[in-house]
Amino acid sequence: MSNCFNPDIEMASREYLNAVQSARLIKMVYNCYNNVPFYKKKFDEIGLLPQDIKTIADIGKLPFTVKQDLRDNYPFGLFAVPKEKLVRIHASSGTTGKQTVVGYTAGDVDNWSEGSARAIAAAGGTKSDYIHVSYGYGLFTGGLGLHYGAEKIGATVIPVSSGNTARQVQILQDFGSNILCCTPSYAMFIGETIKEMGIDPESLPLRAGIFGAEPWSENMRIEIEKSLAIKAYDIYGLSEIAGPGVAYECSEQNGMHVCEDFFYPEVVDPDTLEPLPDGTFGELVFTCIGKEALPLVRYRTRDISALTHEVCSCGRTLVKMQKPRGRSDDMLIIRGVNVFPSQVEHVVLSIGMEPNYQIVVERINNLDVMTVNIEMSEALFSDEIRQIEETERRIRHALQDTLGVAANVHLAEPRSLPRSEGKAVRVIDKRKI
Amino acid sequence: MPIKQISIFVENKPGRLADITAMLAKKNVDIRALSIADTTDYGILRLIVSNPETAVVTIREEGLTVSSTDVLGIAIPDVPGGFAKAIRALADADISVEYAYAFITPEKGQAFVIIRVADNAAATKVLARADIKLIEQSEIFK
Repeated sequence: MSNCFNPDIEMASREYLNAVQSARLIKMVYNCYNNVPFYKKKFDEIGLLPQDIKTIADIGKLPFTVKQDLRDNYPFGLFAVPKEKLVRIHASSGTTGKQTVVGYTAGDVDNWSEGSARAIAAAGGTKSDYIHVSYGYGLFTGGLGLHYGAEKIGATVIPVSSGNTARQVQILQDFGSNILCCTPSYAMFIGETIKEMGIDPESLPLRAGIFGAEPWSENMRIEIEKSLAIKAYDIYGLSEIAGPGVAYECSEQNGMHVCEDFFYPEVVDPDTLEPLPDGTFGELVFTCIGKEALPLVRYRTRDISALTHEVCSCGRTLVKMQKPRGRSDDMLIIRGVNVFPSQVEHVVLSIGMEPNYQIVVERINNLDVMTVNIEMSEALFSDEIRQIEETERRIRHALQDTLGVAANVHLAEPRSLPRSEGKAVRVIDKRKI
Repeated sequence: MPIKQISIFVENKPGRLADITAMLAKKNVDIRALSIADTTDYGILRLIVSNPETAVVTIREEGLTVSSTDVLGIAIPDVPGGFAKAIRALADADISVEYAYAFITPEKGQAFVIIRVADNAAATKVLARADIKLIEQSEIFK
Protein backbone atom coordinates (compact mmCIF):
# COMPACT_ATOMS: atom_id res chain seq x y z
CA MET A 1 0.00 0.00 0.00
CA SER A 2 1.59 3.26 -1.07
CA ASN A 3 -0.63 5.76 0.80
CA CYS A 4 0.27 8.61 -1.53
CA PHE A 5 -1.29 11.99 -0.88
CA ASN A 6 -0.35 13.15 -4.38
CA PRO A 7 0.48 10.12 -6.55
CA ASP A 8 0.82 12.28 -9.69
CA ILE A 9 3.98 13.75 -8.19
CA GLU A 10 5.07 11.17 -5.66
CA MET A 11 5.03 8.41 -8.27
CA ALA A 12 5.86 10.53 -11.32
CA SER A 13 8.47 9.56 -13.88
CA ARG A 14 11.92 11.12 -13.61
CA GLU A 15 11.31 12.97 -16.89
CA TYR A 16 8.13 14.53 -15.56
CA LEU A 17 9.76 15.49 -12.26
CA ASN A 18 12.70 17.05 -14.11
CA ALA A 19 10.33 19.07 -16.27
CA VAL A 20 8.49 20.38 -13.21
CA GLN A 21 11.79 21.13 -11.48
CA SER A 22 13.25 22.92 -14.51
CA ALA A 23 10.21 25.13 -14.90
CA ARG A 24 10.18 26.02 -11.22
CA LEU A 25 13.93 26.62 -11.06
CA ILE A 26 13.81 29.04 -13.97
CA LYS A 27 10.96 30.96 -12.36
CA MET A 28 12.76 31.01 -9.03
CA VAL A 29 16.04 32.27 -10.50
CA TYR A 30 14.24 35.21 -12.11
CA ASN A 31 12.47 35.89 -8.82
CA CYS A 32 15.83 35.93 -7.01
CA TYR A 33 17.54 38.09 -9.60
CA ASN A 34 14.77 40.64 -9.88
CA ASN A 35 13.61 40.86 -6.27
CA VAL A 36 16.49 39.97 -3.95
CA PRO A 37 19.43 42.41 -4.20
CA PHE A 38 21.62 39.90 -2.34
CA TYR A 39 21.17 37.35 -5.13
CA LYS A 40 21.46 39.89 -7.94
CA LYS A 41 24.84 40.88 -6.53
CA LYS A 42 25.91 37.25 -6.17
CA PHE A 43 24.86 36.40 -9.71
CA ASP A 44 26.55 39.52 -11.10
CA GLU A 45 29.78 38.65 -9.31
CA ILE A 46 30.07 35.37 -11.20
CA GLY A 47 28.65 36.80 -14.41
CA LEU A 48 25.51 34.66 -14.28
CA LEU A 49 22.32 35.80 -15.95
CA PRO A 50 18.90 34.30 -15.21
CA GLN A 51 18.63 33.11 -18.81
CA ASP A 52 21.76 30.96 -18.32
CA ILE A 53 19.62 28.60 -16.24
CA LYS A 54 17.63 26.54 -18.71
CA THR A 55 17.01 23.23 -16.95
CA ILE A 56 17.42 21.68 -13.53
CA ALA A 57 20.76 20.28 -14.79
CA ASP A 58 22.12 23.85 -14.71
CA ILE A 59 21.70 24.05 -10.94
CA GLY A 60 25.46 23.60 -10.43
CA LYS A 61 26.03 27.03 -12.03
CA LEU A 62 24.28 28.73 -9.12
CA PRO A 63 26.10 30.05 -6.05
CA PHE A 64 25.58 28.57 -2.58
CA THR A 65 23.76 30.23 0.32
CA VAL A 66 24.77 29.72 3.96
CA LYS A 67 23.10 30.45 7.31
CA GLN A 68 25.35 33.47 7.80
CA ASP A 69 23.72 35.06 4.73
CA LEU A 70 20.37 34.88 6.54
CA ARG A 71 21.90 36.47 9.63
CA ASP A 72 23.63 39.20 7.62
CA ASN A 73 20.28 40.06 6.06
CA TYR A 74 18.31 39.81 9.30
CA PRO A 75 15.39 39.92 9.55
CA PHE A 76 13.70 40.26 6.12
CA GLY A 77 16.58 41.17 3.77
CA LEU A 78 16.35 38.02 1.63
CA PHE A 79 12.58 38.11 1.14
CA ALA A 80 11.59 38.27 -2.52
CA VAL A 81 8.02 39.48 -2.04
CA PRO A 82 6.42 42.64 -0.63
CA LYS A 83 4.79 42.57 2.79
CA GLU A 84 1.26 42.19 1.44
CA LYS A 85 2.19 38.85 -0.11
CA LEU A 86 3.46 37.42 3.17
CA VAL A 87 1.09 35.41 5.34
CA ARG A 88 3.41 33.88 7.93
CA ILE A 89 6.75 34.31 9.69
CA HIS A 90 8.64 31.54 11.47
CA ALA A 91 12.04 31.78 13.10
CA SER A 92 14.60 29.51 14.64
CA SER A 93 17.16 30.45 17.23
CA GLY A 94 20.43 31.59 15.76
CA THR A 95 23.84 32.46 17.16
CA THR A 96 24.43 35.47 19.40
CA GLY A 97 20.75 36.12 19.84
CA LYS A 98 19.94 36.66 16.17
CA GLN A 99 17.23 34.41 14.84
CA THR A 100 16.95 32.94 11.39
CA VAL A 101 13.73 34.40 10.03
CA VAL A 102 11.65 32.76 7.34
CA GLY A 103 8.67 34.30 5.55
CA TYR A 104 5.92 32.44 3.69
CA THR A 105 3.41 33.47 1.07
CA ALA A 106 0.04 31.69 0.95
CA GLY A 107 1.51 29.51 -1.81
CA ASP A 108 4.55 28.67 0.35
CA VAL A 109 2.35 27.61 3.26
CA ASP A 110 0.28 25.55 0.85
CA ASN A 111 3.31 23.72 -0.58
CA TRP A 112 4.78 23.14 2.86
CA SER A 113 1.42 21.84 4.08
CA GLU A 114 1.37 19.46 1.14
CA GLY A 115 4.81 18.15 2.11
CA SER A 116 3.55 17.59 5.62
CA ALA A 117 0.32 16.02 4.27
CA ARG A 118 2.38 13.60 2.16
CA ALA A 119 4.23 12.60 5.34
CA ILE A 120 1.00 11.99 7.25
CA ALA A 121 -0.48 10.01 4.34
CA ALA A 122 2.70 7.93 4.03
CA ALA A 123 2.29 7.09 7.72
CA GLY A 124 -1.21 5.84 6.89
CA GLY A 125 -3.11 8.95 7.95
CA THR A 126 -6.51 9.63 6.41
CA LYS A 127 -9.29 12.15 6.86
CA SER A 128 -10.94 9.90 9.42
CA ASP A 129 -7.96 10.10 11.79
CA TYR A 130 -7.27 12.16 14.88
CA ILE A 131 -3.81 13.68 14.48
CA HIS A 132 -2.28 14.47 17.86
CA VAL A 133 0.33 17.24 17.41
CA SER A 134 2.69 17.47 20.39
CA TYR A 135 5.33 19.54 18.66
CA GLY A 136 5.62 23.04 20.07
CA TYR A 137 3.44 25.66 18.40
CA GLY A 138 4.88 29.10 17.78
CA LEU A 139 7.86 30.44 15.89
CA PHE A 140 9.16 26.86 15.83
CA THR A 141 7.88 25.20 12.65
CA GLY A 142 7.07 21.78 14.19
CA GLY A 143 3.58 22.36 15.57
CA LEU A 144 2.05 24.41 12.76
CA GLY A 145 3.83 22.34 10.09
CA LEU A 146 2.09 19.09 11.04
CA HIS A 147 -1.09 20.97 11.92
CA TYR A 148 -1.53 22.33 8.40
CA GLY A 149 -0.57 18.99 6.86
CA ALA A 150 -3.26 17.24 8.89
CA GLU A 151 -5.85 19.85 7.91
CA LYS A 152 -4.88 19.50 4.25
CA ILE A 153 -5.63 15.77 4.43
CA GLY A 154 -8.92 16.61 6.09
CA ALA A 155 -8.03 14.82 9.29
CA THR A 156 -8.97 16.13 12.73
CA VAL A 157 -6.11 17.96 14.39
CA ILE A 158 -5.66 17.84 18.14
CA PRO A 159 -3.23 20.73 18.68
CA VAL A 160 -1.94 19.66 22.11
CA SER A 161 1.50 21.28 21.73
CA SER A 162 4.36 20.09 23.91
CA GLY A 163 4.54 19.53 27.65
CA ASN A 164 2.15 18.34 30.35
CA THR A 165 2.71 14.68 29.65
CA ALA A 166 -0.07 13.41 31.90
CA ARG A 167 -2.55 15.45 29.87
CA GLN A 168 -1.02 14.14 26.64
CA VAL A 169 -1.66 10.59 27.82
CA GLN A 170 -5.19 11.42 28.90
CA ILE A 171 -5.94 12.84 25.45
CA LEU A 172 -4.37 9.80 23.75
CA GLN A 173 -6.74 7.67 25.81
CA ASP A 174 -9.92 9.72 25.95
CA PHE A 175 -9.90 11.32 22.49
CA GLY A 176 -8.44 8.24 20.85
CA SER A 177 -5.62 9.92 18.90
CA ASN A 178 -4.57 7.80 15.89
CA ILE A 179 -1.29 9.44 14.90
CA LEU A 180 1.15 11.13 17.27
CA CYS A 181 3.49 13.87 15.99
CA CYS A 182 6.37 15.00 18.23
CA THR A 183 10.11 14.72 18.72
CA PRO A 184 11.33 11.12 19.06
CA SER A 185 12.70 11.78 22.53
CA TYR A 186 9.32 13.07 23.65
CA ALA A 187 7.67 9.99 22.14
CA MET A 188 10.00 7.86 24.28
CA PHE A 189 9.00 9.90 27.31
CA ILE A 190 5.29 9.53 26.58
CA GLY A 191 5.87 5.78 26.14
CA GLU A 192 7.49 5.58 29.55
CA THR A 193 4.74 7.61 31.15
CA ILE A 194 2.12 5.26 29.70
CA LYS A 195 3.98 2.34 31.21
CA GLU A 196 4.28 4.05 34.60
CA MET A 197 0.57 4.79 34.57
CA GLY A 198 -0.07 1.10 34.00
CA ILE A 199 -1.76 1.63 30.63
CA ASP A 200 -1.48 -1.12 28.03
CA PRO A 201 -0.33 0.61 24.81
CA GLU A 202 -2.23 -1.98 22.78
CA SER A 203 -5.44 -0.63 24.30
CA LEU A 204 -4.88 2.81 22.69
CA PRO A 205 -6.27 3.62 19.22
CA LEU A 206 -2.83 5.09 18.36
CA ARG A 207 -1.30 3.29 15.39
CA ALA A 208 1.46 5.51 13.99
CA GLY A 209 3.81 8.30 14.94
CA ILE A 210 5.63 10.92 12.88
CA PHE A 211 8.79 11.95 14.64
CA GLY A 212 11.49 14.42 13.72
CA ALA A 213 13.29 17.68 14.51
CA GLU A 214 16.14 15.81 16.17
CA PRO A 215 18.44 12.88 15.43
CA TRP A 216 17.25 9.44 16.45
CA SER A 217 18.48 5.90 15.97
CA GLU A 218 17.02 2.60 14.86
CA ASN A 219 17.20 1.49 18.48
CA MET A 220 15.02 4.41 19.49
CA ARG A 221 12.59 3.46 16.75
CA ILE A 222 12.33 -0.09 18.07
CA GLU A 223 11.87 1.25 21.59
CA ILE A 224 9.15 3.74 20.56
CA GLU A 225 7.32 1.21 18.41
CA LYS A 226 7.26 -1.18 21.35
CA SER A 227 6.36 1.26 24.12
CA LEU A 228 3.55 2.92 22.16
CA ALA A 229 2.54 -0.14 20.09
CA ILE A 230 2.75 1.86 16.84
CA LYS A 231 4.78 2.15 13.68
CA ALA A 232 7.22 5.08 13.92
CA TYR A 233 8.00 7.23 10.87
CA ASP A 234 10.79 9.74 10.44
CA ILE A 235 10.18 13.22 9.06
CA TYR A 236 12.76 15.79 8.03
CA GLY A 237 12.65 19.52 7.72
CA LEU A 238 14.43 22.67 8.64
CA SER A 239 12.92 26.07 9.18
CA GLU A 240 15.13 27.83 6.61
CA ILE A 241 13.63 25.62 3.91
CA ALA A 242 10.09 25.22 5.27
CA GLY A 243 9.70 23.03 8.34
CA PRO A 244 8.74 19.38 8.80
CA GLY A 245 7.64 17.83 5.53
CA VAL A 246 10.70 18.58 3.40
CA ALA A 247 11.23 14.81 3.40
CA TYR A 248 9.34 11.92 4.97
CA GLU A 249 9.50 8.20 5.45
CA CYS A 250 7.28 5.65 3.75
CA SER A 251 6.37 2.20 5.02
CA GLU A 252 9.78 0.91 3.90
CA GLN A 253 11.38 2.91 6.74
CA ASN A 254 14.76 3.14 5.05
CA GLY A 255 15.29 6.73 4.02
CA MET A 256 13.01 9.69 3.50
CA HIS A 257 11.39 10.74 0.23
CA VAL A 258 12.24 14.37 -0.51
CA CYS A 259 9.50 16.66 -1.81
CA GLU A 260 11.86 17.44 -4.66
CA ASP A 261 9.17 19.24 -6.62
CA PHE A 262 9.37 22.01 -3.96
CA PHE A 263 12.79 21.51 -2.39
CA TYR A 264 15.48 20.32 -4.80
CA PRO A 265 18.19 18.38 -2.97
CA GLU A 266 21.87 17.89 -3.74
CA VAL A 267 24.65 16.31 -1.73
CA VAL A 268 28.05 17.98 -2.00
CA ASP A 269 31.49 17.50 -0.53
CA PRO A 270 31.53 20.01 2.38
CA ASP A 271 35.13 21.02 1.59
CA THR A 272 35.23 21.20 -2.21
CA LEU A 273 31.46 21.81 -2.67
CA GLU A 274 31.55 19.41 -5.62
CA PRO A 275 28.38 17.32 -6.09
CA LEU A 276 28.68 13.74 -4.85
CA PRO A 277 27.25 10.63 -6.53
CA ASP A 278 24.19 8.76 -5.23
CA GLY A 279 24.82 6.84 -2.04
CA THR A 280 27.83 8.92 -0.97
CA PHE A 281 27.44 10.87 2.26
CA GLY A 282 28.12 14.60 2.13
CA GLU A 283 26.48 17.90 2.97
CA LEU A 284 22.83 18.19 2.07
CA VAL A 285 21.96 21.27 0.00
CA PHE A 286 18.46 22.48 -0.89
CA THR A 287 17.18 24.88 -3.52
CA CYS A 288 13.68 26.13 -2.75
CA ILE A 289 12.34 25.87 -6.29
CA GLY A 290 8.74 25.94 -5.10
CA LYS A 291 9.05 28.93 -2.79
CA GLU A 292 8.19 32.56 -3.38
CA ALA A 293 8.91 34.52 -0.19
CA LEU A 294 12.33 33.11 0.71
CA PRO A 295 13.67 31.38 -2.42
CA LEU A 296 16.99 30.12 -1.06
CA VAL A 297 19.47 29.05 -3.72
CA ARG A 298 21.59 25.97 -2.93
CA TYR A 299 21.24 26.41 0.82
CA ARG A 300 23.86 24.47 2.76
CA THR A 301 22.04 22.67 5.56
CA ARG A 302 25.20 21.37 7.31
CA ASP A 303 23.39 18.05 7.69
CA ILE A 304 25.39 15.06 6.48
CA SER A 305 23.28 12.73 4.35
CA ALA A 306 23.19 10.77 1.09
CA LEU A 307 20.65 10.58 -1.76
CA THR A 308 19.37 7.57 -3.70
CA HIS A 309 17.27 7.81 -6.86
CA GLU A 310 16.22 4.17 -7.14
CA VAL A 311 12.48 3.62 -7.27
CA CYS A 312 11.25 2.66 -3.82
CA SER A 313 9.27 -0.53 -3.29
CA CYS A 314 6.45 1.68 -1.97
CA GLY A 315 6.06 2.90 -5.56
CA ARG A 316 7.27 6.44 -4.95
CA THR A 317 9.83 7.81 -7.36
CA LEU A 318 10.78 10.82 -5.23
CA VAL A 319 14.48 10.75 -4.36
CA LYS A 320 15.30 9.39 -0.90
CA MET A 321 17.66 10.96 1.62
CA GLN A 322 19.29 8.97 4.38
CA LYS A 323 18.74 9.92 7.99
CA PRO A 324 21.32 12.69 8.66
CA ARG A 325 24.43 11.21 10.24
CA GLY A 326 25.74 14.34 11.80
CA ARG A 327 26.63 17.91 11.10
CA SER A 328 29.43 19.65 9.29
CA ASP A 329 29.35 22.39 11.94
CA ASP A 330 29.13 22.46 15.73
CA MET A 331 25.35 22.84 16.01
CA LEU A 332 23.62 20.73 18.65
CA ILE A 333 20.00 19.71 18.56
CA ILE A 334 18.56 19.78 22.06
CA ARG A 335 14.95 18.62 22.37
CA GLY A 336 14.42 19.69 18.78
CA VAL A 337 15.94 23.13 19.26
CA ASN A 338 19.09 24.16 17.39
CA VAL A 339 21.80 25.29 19.77
CA PHE A 340 25.19 26.68 18.82
CA PRO A 341 28.02 26.76 21.38
CA SER A 342 28.65 30.38 20.35
CA GLN A 343 25.22 31.31 21.74
CA VAL A 344 26.22 29.91 25.11
CA GLU A 345 29.47 31.85 24.95
CA HIS A 346 27.54 35.02 24.22
CA VAL A 347 25.41 34.50 27.35
CA VAL A 348 28.43 33.71 29.52
CA LEU A 349 30.19 36.89 28.42
CA SER A 350 27.08 39.03 28.75
CA ILE A 351 26.70 37.97 32.37
CA GLY A 352 30.23 39.15 33.11
CA MET A 353 31.92 35.78 33.37
CA GLU A 354 35.09 34.61 31.67
CA PRO A 355 34.47 32.55 28.52
CA ASN A 356 35.52 29.38 30.32
CA TYR A 357 32.59 27.09 29.88
CA GLN A 358 31.70 23.63 28.72
CA ILE A 359 28.43 22.22 27.45
CA VAL A 360 27.50 18.70 28.47
CA VAL A 361 24.54 17.04 26.78
CA GLU A 362 23.05 13.84 28.12
CA ARG A 363 19.89 11.91 27.52
CA ILE A 364 18.25 11.27 30.88
CA ASN A 365 14.96 9.35 30.92
CA ASN A 366 14.91 9.82 27.16
CA LEU A 367 15.00 13.59 27.39
CA ASP A 368 17.93 15.71 26.31
CA VAL A 369 19.45 17.49 29.27
CA MET A 370 21.96 20.23 28.68
CA THR A 371 24.26 21.41 31.44
CA VAL A 372 26.53 24.39 31.07
CA ASN A 373 29.58 24.25 33.31
CA ILE A 374 30.95 27.72 33.95
CA GLU A 375 33.99 28.62 35.98
CA MET A 376 33.33 30.83 38.98
CA SER A 377 35.03 34.20 38.81
CA GLU A 378 35.85 36.61 41.63
CA ALA A 379 33.61 39.25 40.08
CA LEU A 380 30.55 37.07 40.66
CA PHE A 381 31.63 35.27 43.81
CA SER A 382 30.03 36.05 47.13
CA ASP A 383 30.34 34.72 50.66
CA GLU A 384 26.56 34.29 50.63
CA ILE A 385 24.90 31.25 49.02
CA ARG A 386 21.86 33.38 48.28
CA GLN A 387 23.87 35.70 46.03
CA ILE A 388 25.50 32.83 44.14
CA GLU A 389 22.14 31.16 43.67
CA GLU A 390 20.83 34.43 42.30
CA THR A 391 23.73 34.51 39.82
CA GLU A 392 22.96 30.93 38.77
CA ARG A 393 19.33 31.86 38.26
CA ARG A 394 20.35 34.83 36.15
CA ILE A 395 22.53 32.64 33.92
CA ARG A 396 19.78 30.03 33.60
CA HIS A 397 17.26 32.65 32.52
CA ALA A 398 19.66 34.23 30.06
CA LEU A 399 20.39 30.81 28.54
CA GLN A 400 16.69 29.97 28.27
CA ASP A 401 15.99 33.35 26.66
CA THR A 402 18.79 33.08 24.13
CA LEU A 403 18.67 29.38 23.32
CA GLY A 404 14.94 28.79 23.59
CA VAL A 405 15.57 25.66 25.60
CA ALA A 406 16.28 25.16 29.30
CA ALA A 407 19.79 24.41 30.51
CA ASN A 408 21.17 23.48 33.90
CA VAL A 409 24.00 25.61 35.19
CA HIS A 410 26.90 24.15 37.12
CA LEU A 411 29.42 26.52 38.62
CA ALA A 412 32.90 25.08 38.61
CA GLU A 413 36.14 26.07 40.28
CA PRO A 414 38.44 28.28 38.21
CA ARG A 415 40.85 26.42 35.92
CA SER A 416 38.92 23.20 36.44
CA LEU A 417 37.53 23.04 32.90
CA PRO A 418 39.79 21.90 30.06
CA ARG A 419 41.67 24.78 28.49
CA SER A 420 41.82 25.66 24.87
CA GLU A 421 44.82 24.07 23.23
CA GLY A 422 44.11 25.10 19.71
CA LYS A 423 40.46 24.18 19.75
CA ALA A 424 38.73 24.05 23.13
CA VAL A 425 36.55 21.06 23.83
CA ARG A 426 33.39 23.06 24.34
CA VAL A 427 30.89 20.29 23.91
CA ILE A 428 30.66 16.84 25.45
CA ASP A 429 27.76 15.02 23.88
CA LYS A 430 27.13 11.89 25.92
CA ARG A 431 23.89 11.00 24.13
CA LYS A 432 24.01 7.59 22.58
CA ILE A 433 21.62 8.09 19.73
CA MET B 1 36.15 46.81 64.44
CA PRO B 2 35.07 44.18 61.98
CA ILE B 3 36.98 40.97 61.53
CA LYS B 4 38.32 39.76 58.18
CA GLN B 5 36.77 36.52 57.04
CA ILE B 6 37.96 34.77 53.93
CA SER B 7 35.48 32.90 51.75
CA ILE B 8 36.47 30.29 49.18
CA PHE B 9 34.39 28.76 46.39
CA VAL B 10 34.74 24.98 46.60
CA GLU B 11 33.24 22.42 44.26
CA ASN B 12 31.83 19.36 45.96
CA LYS B 13 34.61 16.96 45.09
CA PRO B 14 36.47 14.63 47.42
CA GLY B 15 39.69 16.04 48.81
CA ARG B 16 39.04 19.73 48.19
CA LEU B 17 38.95 20.64 51.87
CA ALA B 18 42.14 18.70 52.49
CA ASP B 19 43.85 20.51 49.59
CA ILE B 20 42.86 23.96 50.76
CA THR B 21 43.76 23.48 54.42
CA ALA B 22 47.10 22.03 53.34
CA MET B 23 47.81 25.14 51.24
CA LEU B 24 47.23 27.33 54.29
CA ALA B 25 49.24 25.12 56.61
CA LYS B 26 52.23 25.39 54.27
CA LYS B 27 52.13 29.18 54.68
CA ASN B 28 51.79 28.89 58.43
CA VAL B 29 48.26 30.29 58.41
CA ASP B 30 46.37 29.25 61.50
CA ILE B 31 42.63 28.54 61.23
CA ARG B 32 40.60 29.55 64.25
CA ALA B 33 37.05 29.20 63.00
CA LEU B 34 35.47 27.56 60.02
CA SER B 35 32.05 27.13 58.51
CA ILE B 36 30.87 25.55 55.31
CA ALA B 37 27.69 26.51 53.55
CA ASP B 38 26.85 24.00 50.92
CA THR B 39 24.48 23.24 48.07
CA THR B 40 24.38 20.03 46.04
CA ASP B 41 26.96 21.36 43.60
CA TYR B 42 29.33 23.55 45.55
CA GLY B 43 30.10 25.04 48.92
CA ILE B 44 31.45 28.22 50.37
CA LEU B 45 34.21 27.66 52.87
CA ARG B 46 34.41 30.52 55.35
CA LEU B 47 37.46 30.89 57.54
CA ILE B 48 38.74 33.12 60.30
CA VAL B 49 42.51 32.87 60.09
CA SER B 50 45.56 34.32 61.75
CA ASN B 51 46.74 36.07 58.61
CA PRO B 52 43.91 36.84 56.19
CA GLU B 53 46.09 38.71 53.64
CA THR B 54 48.52 35.80 53.27
CA ALA B 55 45.62 33.38 53.11
CA VAL B 56 43.90 35.29 50.29
CA VAL B 57 47.08 35.59 48.24
CA THR B 58 47.91 31.91 48.76
CA ILE B 59 44.45 30.67 47.81
CA ARG B 60 44.28 32.94 44.81
CA GLU B 61 47.68 31.81 43.57
CA GLU B 62 46.42 28.26 43.74
CA GLY B 63 43.76 29.32 41.26
CA LEU B 64 40.71 29.30 43.50
CA THR B 65 38.04 31.93 43.79
CA VAL B 66 38.42 33.73 47.09
CA SER B 67 37.08 36.88 48.68
CA SER B 68 37.62 38.75 51.89
CA THR B 69 34.58 39.93 53.83
CA ASP B 70 34.19 42.08 56.94
CA VAL B 71 32.18 40.26 59.58
CA LEU B 72 31.47 40.98 63.24
CA GLY B 73 32.71 38.86 66.13
CA ILE B 74 30.85 38.96 69.38
CA ALA B 75 31.78 37.50 72.74
CA ILE B 76 28.94 35.69 74.42
CA PRO B 77 28.91 34.72 78.09
CA ASP B 78 28.67 30.95 78.29
CA VAL B 79 25.28 30.96 80.07
CA PRO B 80 21.80 30.04 78.85
CA GLY B 81 20.30 32.93 76.86
CA GLY B 82 23.63 34.56 76.12
CA PHE B 83 23.31 34.42 72.36
CA ALA B 84 19.57 35.05 72.47
CA LYS B 85 20.13 38.49 73.96
CA ALA B 86 22.50 39.55 71.19
CA ILE B 87 20.37 38.21 68.38
CA ARG B 88 17.22 39.78 69.87
CA ALA B 89 18.89 43.19 69.91
CA LEU B 90 19.66 42.89 66.19
CA ALA B 91 16.20 41.60 65.38
CA ASP B 92 14.57 44.49 67.25
CA ALA B 93 16.64 46.88 65.15
CA ASP B 94 15.48 45.08 61.99
CA ILE B 95 18.95 43.87 61.15
CA SER B 96 18.95 40.41 59.64
CA VAL B 97 21.80 38.00 60.08
CA GLU B 98 22.81 36.34 56.80
CA TYR B 99 24.72 33.64 58.59
CA ALA B 100 26.49 32.99 61.88
CA TYR B 101 28.86 30.45 63.30
CA ALA B 102 30.32 29.97 66.76
CA PHE B 103 33.58 28.76 68.16
CA ILE B 104 35.00 28.48 71.63
CA THR B 105 38.21 29.95 72.89
CA PRO B 106 40.80 28.90 75.45
CA GLU B 107 39.43 31.68 77.62
CA LYS B 108 36.96 30.07 79.93
CA GLY B 109 33.37 31.30 80.32
CA GLN B 110 32.73 32.75 76.88
CA ALA B 111 32.12 31.73 73.31
CA PHE B 112 32.71 33.74 70.16
CA VAL B 113 30.13 34.06 67.45
CA ILE B 114 30.86 35.37 63.96
CA ILE B 115 27.89 37.10 62.40
CA ARG B 116 27.43 38.42 58.90
CA VAL B 117 25.10 41.38 58.44
CA ALA B 118 24.62 43.77 55.56
CA ASP B 119 25.58 46.90 57.52
CA ASN B 120 28.38 46.37 60.02
CA ALA B 121 28.35 49.93 61.32
CA ALA B 122 24.64 49.84 62.14
CA ALA B 123 24.95 46.43 63.78
CA THR B 124 27.96 47.57 65.82
CA LYS B 125 25.93 50.47 67.25
CA VAL B 126 22.99 48.25 68.13
CA LEU B 127 25.19 45.66 69.82
CA ALA B 128 27.07 48.32 71.80
CA ARG B 129 23.78 49.75 73.07
CA ALA B 130 22.71 46.26 74.14
CA ASP B 131 25.98 45.87 76.00
CA ILE B 132 27.24 43.03 73.79
CA LYS B 133 31.00 42.80 73.61
CA LEU B 134 32.53 42.95 70.13
CA ILE B 135 35.85 41.27 69.64
CA GLU B 136 38.85 42.32 67.55
CA GLN B 137 40.86 40.19 65.15
CA SER B 138 43.81 40.34 67.55
CA GLU B 139 41.77 38.95 70.44
CA ILE B 140 40.94 35.82 68.52
CA PHE B 141 44.59 34.92 68.13
CA LYS B 142 45.78 35.92 71.62
